[in-house]
Amino acid sequence: MLQKISNAMHKNSRLRLASLLAAPLLWLVVAYLGALTALFVTAFYTIDSFTGNVIQQFNLGNFQDVLTDIAYRNVVLRTLGIATLVTLICAVFAIPMAFYMAKLAKPKSQRVLVALVMTPLWASYLVKIYAWRTMIEPETGVIDWLLGPIGIHSPGFGGPAIIIGLSYLWLPYMILPIYAGFERLPNNLLDASGDLGARNWYTFRRVVLPIIFPSIVAGSMFTFSLSLGDYITAQILGGKLQMLGNVVYQNFSINLPFAATIAMIPVLIMGIYLWVVRRTGALASM
Amino acid sequence: MTISRTARRILAALLGVGLTFIYLPLFVVITNSFNASKTFSWPPSHLTTEWWSKAAVNTGVREAIKWSLLAGASATVIALLLGTALAFAVSRYSFFGRETISLLVVLPISLPGIVTGIALNNAFTKQLGISTGLFTVIVGHATFCIVVVYNNAIARLNRMGTSLQEASMDLGANGMTTFRLITLPNLASALFAGGLLAFGLSFDEIVVTTFTAGPGIQTLPIWIYNNLFRPNQAPIVNVVAATLVVISIIPIYISQRLSQDTTSGGRF
Amino acid sequence: MQKKRLFSSLVIASAAALVLSSCGSSNSASNEPPKLEAMKSLGAGEGAVNIVAWAGYVENGSTDPNVDWVTGFEKETGCKVNVKNGATSDDMVALMKTGEYDVVSASGDASLRLIYGGDVAPVNTDLMTNYADVFDNLKNQPWNSVNGVSYGVPHGRGANLLAYRTDIVKPAPTSWGSVFDVNSPYKGKITAYDSAIYIADAALYLMNTQPDLGIKYPYALDQKQFDAAVALIEAQKPLIGEYWGDYLKHVASLKSGGTVLGTTWQVNINLAKGEGTKVEGIKPAEGSTGWSDTWMISSKAKHPNCAYLWMDHIISPQANAGVAEWFGEAPSNAKSCDLTADKNHCTTFHASDDAYWSDVYYWNTPTEACLDGRTDVKCIPYSEWVKSWSSLRNS
Repeated sequence: MLQKISNAMHKNSRLRLASLLAAPLLWLVVAYLGALTALFVTAFYTIDSFTGNVIQQFNLGNFQDVLTDIAYRNVVLRTLGIATLVTLICAVFAIPMAFYMAKLAKPKSQRVLVALVMTPLWASYLVKIYAWRTMIEPETGVIDWLLGPIGIHSPGFGGPAIIIGLSYLWLPYMILPIYAGFERLPNNLLDASGDLGARNWYTFRRVVLPIIFPSIVAGSMFTFSLSLGDYITAQILGGKLQMLGNVVYQNFSINLPFAATIAMIPVLIMGIYLWVVRRTGALASM
Repeated sequence: MTISRTARRILAALLGVGLTFIYLPLFVVITNSFNASKTFSWPPSHLTTEWWSKAAVNTGVREAIKWSLLAGASATVIALLLGTALAFAVSRYSFFGRETISLLVVLPISLPGIVTGIALNNAFTKQLGISTGLFTVIVGHATFCIVVVYNNAIARLNRMGTSLQEASMDLGANGMTTFRLITLPNLASALFAGGLLAFGLSFDEIVVTTFTAGPGIQTLPIWIYNNLFRPNQAPIVNVVAATLVVISIIPIYISQRLSQDTTSGGRF
Repeated sequence: MQKKRLFSSLVIASAAALVLSSCGSSNSASNEPPKLEAMKSLGAGEGAVNIVAWAGYVENGSTDPNVDWVTGFEKETGCKVNVKNGATSDDMVALMKTGEYDVVSASGDASLRLIYGGDVAPVNTDLMTNYADVFDNLKNQPWNSVNGVSYGVPHGRGANLLAYRTDIVKPAPTSWGSVFDVNSPYKGKITAYDSAIYIADAALYLMNTQPDLGIKYPYALDQKQFDAAVALIEAQKPLIGEYWGDYLKHVASLKSGGTVLGTTWQVNINLAKGEGTKVEGIKPAEGSTGWSDTWMISSKAKHPNCAYLWMDHIISPQANAGVAEWFGEAPSNAKSCDLTADKNHCTTFHASDDAYWSDVYYWNTPTEACLDGRTDVKCIPYSEWVKSWSSLRNS
């Protein structure tokens, strides 16, 4: 029976294609895009101010609130700034680390290094963020305890703490694709550039960077988007600061239409980001 | 490779700084699991094994690990099936809208978890009237796990080309046999790497889980979240995290062993 | 071409979603809760009960083998207890709206929403043997009853106190004015509770200091009163070091000295003291806000009998004492005080001190119809409180 099906499938390539595509597309388009669309339809509804139940009546009140209140522009800009900085910091850390791991380390230590980078991914997100609370705590934290004597002090809770925490969480997601990118980069290309008299820095800027750029962008997909939607790190390390995710979370159960309106902002930002990124071919190197 | 000694040293130093950055907080976690202070104050005034013995009798955490393993494994299986099917379709066929697939598949992981979370929650509970439970968690996790399997599989498929399969067919093997003897073995390590990453993503996922978990379904991150914010329970959470770090060496070791056998290994 | 494809699939998906969403329910506005009947008599248990509760309210020994008031109940009644912890009141409301759960431990900022949303049913208190022992000043209160109809059984209570580091803050504060004083020497080291309900704390302070605003009840604010309260919090913002939502962050901060003054709960004070921190929590001259949780039964309960059995069990002296000590709050059952492991528990938490609670304004859900009985103005509903809170946190 299976034999027959497989033979029939082999003969009819359209049938094979359809059977391969059916389940994944059903899942992603109907279940996922459908759910997203339903959420955004909700953004045009409002709630009964008494019971909190959603009233299905088209109106633009939520959009008006978001666009006219300067607070929401602040939180969007702040969140964008944080996500961008986190991505840059991760890239700056990750490029030399990944380069050393892929090109300079011996094969045996290479494997150890990859394992070392992956290990923290298994320690819980929350526990790591709370560890950073212990680190950052002004005056009594680990940073002041270790570095205080040499004059370096903790930045305290707030924007910088959020940036440090998020950079820490997502760094491995940046290192691994860049590492894979370097692995694919042939050694002789670097040698050739060196032989032609190019200095290290020049080789890096003109030869290496363009080749691994898609890998960096692939890593940024994680660092940027995960930062964009985070709300727990901001709660724990943010002091007074909030991010977009916090606003969505606060409003979610009391006022779903308003939360949906706010949630459209990161989706819009990621949409633009994906659109730009697609041209670099980075989606394929994630 | 020709690279100056100074540059080499600078790079090694940077790697050292990076690894210190990665491991210092983990060291704090492990120290705090012995810290007598219930609020993790630093430096520990004295050390205790109280939290370790309390964690040992805590059946809630074992239950939570069970749910996490179950959800992670199920989501990974679904992601493997869907991601591989999609990768085959895209790499072996040309069809209308093919280029859009890479965008579609990456969407669930690139949109913030809170958006995916409330969208699924809204769709399940309000639109479809499906009650949340383990099933909904698995659906949520599988959705954002598909991409990692897909990316690993498609990279390998593109590298493999079709010549081996064609040779097998020419020698008289049918589609099924070719798939079993030729395609699958060549794909296996890529799928393993993708599957492992998918499992890892699911295992530590908290935001989507918060919005999709039903009554009695407490995955490990949710358990940690609940216990971290409960008087007298927080230190136990450090014990669990410290244990997880140690246990994580096993899957990482296995994936490393597997990637050793292949030219460039799993992509992550 | 490809763009078209994605677009058309989006159109199909959205059309599907529209069809689906039009099947949802929508209630029309009314000032009366939906008419629902309380259960008349108790039947046999259904074998299970699904509970939404604050973490620590439903303990079956899995956290600590000595902390268990569930296993005995399960054996006795045959009702298996499935619990889902809600992280916030908003969470709990959302969970109850799913209709999956039978019982909820609702705080006052959730209870009225549930009642008016038709998500919980009136409770027949005669079906619970332990109800008679509950403190009278917790029964039939504005957050657990409407028009004399009871919607739940009181669980425990606590006041939102003013914490201060005794070694740093001198002289000791006596008024909430200390956290709103723009010239405070403790600028940057003051904390406040991170929730929209904190607006009521500002309203309570204004109620005492600006009588011309005419605030009678901190949860019934018309536009003018609401604006004044929000403006006060806006002015307070530069003083705040961080807002707190979870006890761990708060206690750690009190201990390290990052926070020296601000809102707290009794349990946090006890914990910080236990860690050797020099800290006190007082109820200032203006009184304070507070919380009183209520066990409520879902209007769609699939296990109503087990739900009643659970509600009766959780306010029984033994279980109530267990929860009160584990969670750190004042028990609701007068007989619980004899059963706590720490004999001073009820004294520390002022369980039976009626005078203490007389100026505690328990969390309530602001609605458009003013809860203080005014009918000539519209009050600001809670959803607007939350929106304003989001806005002022980011302004």
